[in-house]
Amino acid sequence: MMRAVVVALLLAIAGAAFAQSSEIAKPDPAIERRMKGLAEELRCLVCQNQTIADSNAPLALDLRNQIRTQIAEGRTDRQIREYMTDRYGDFVLYRPPFKATTAILWVGPFAMVALGVVVFLFVVRRRRAEPAAATVPQERRAELEALLDESGRAEVARPKTD
Amino acid sequence: MRVLKFIIPLVVFAGLVAFFAVGLTRDPREVPSPFIGKAAPEFKLQQLHDAQATFSPEDMRGKVWLLNVWASWCVSCRVEHPLLVEMSKQHVVPIVGLNYKDKRDDGKQWLAKLGNPYAVSAFDVDGLVGIDYGVYGVPETFVIDRQGVIRYKQIGPITPEALEKTILPLVKKLEA
Repeated sequence: MMRAVVVALLLAIAGAAFAQSSEIAKPDPAIERRMKGLAEELRCLVCQNQTIADSNAPLALDLRNQIRTQIAEGRTDRQIREYMTDRYGDFVLYRPPFKATTAILWVGPFAMVALGVVVFLFVVRRRRAEPAAATVPQERRAELEALLDESGRAEVARPKTD
Repeated sequence: MRVLKFIIPLVVFAGLVAFFAVGLTRDPREVPSPFIGKAAPEFKLQQLHDAQATFSPEDMRGKVWLLNVWASWCVSCRVEHPLLVEMSKQHVVPIVGLNYKDKRDDGKQWLAKLGNPYAVSAFDVDGLVGIDYGVYGVPETFVIDRQGVIRYKQIGPITPEALEKTILPLVKKLEA
């Protein structure tokens, strides 16, 4: 089932590659600049990790033409973005708006960092709270010190070998 | 404390597994269409077989119908085509074709060869109607109700499974 879907999708893309279209650049550089700015923030639905500006898919090309036409008609950037989201959903925006369905997208990374900081602090505090090596009972302390003294002396007394 | 040391990684791992179990079975190409529940965009196009006649969704008002976006250059349209032909033979539901960015002769030949399941095909030569419908991967199929509201969108070829489980029950429900 899954394989059939994948194959069908690949074929769909391959098929799309045969459809011919032509890009009609507007002579007005201002329009081209605005078009580029908009197209760089819109996802191409055919090759999803590319923007409409980057993609050579026929659909991206059509959408670039569509943006040009709409700019020439005097629509604002906002209206054009709305036109796209009306058709393809927030998914086309590389910077989707903050709302209930996209909250996890925006908040998620910060929540993970916050969680990491909390865990880090927790671990650090617990380590600090753990009593250090000073747990030698009083009665054995003298014994230990004597040992240390002895080894200290031994260190000094040891003949130099080199 | 010692128990927690085992439980925490276990919970984290189970969480990851749950995320992957859901995430990996989803198709990232299937973008939820914002059209569901909205009126199908209006258009008026020449018919594929008759340049003098036009088709507009308005013509289908009062009927439950399918709008199937297809093209002769679209390879996976061939995958679903026999299903559509079968449906039209059984008069399940009227199917209207949107011949997307095609050449008129190519489209006509394709239907002559493989069978024509469409009540009528609208000829969208520059793909502008396709853009209006948010089409990004041909074939796509819209289920449109009596009031002209889009109720469902199938992206990619209609599978027998999607037809049996989703499209046909929906059509029946809308027609009731």
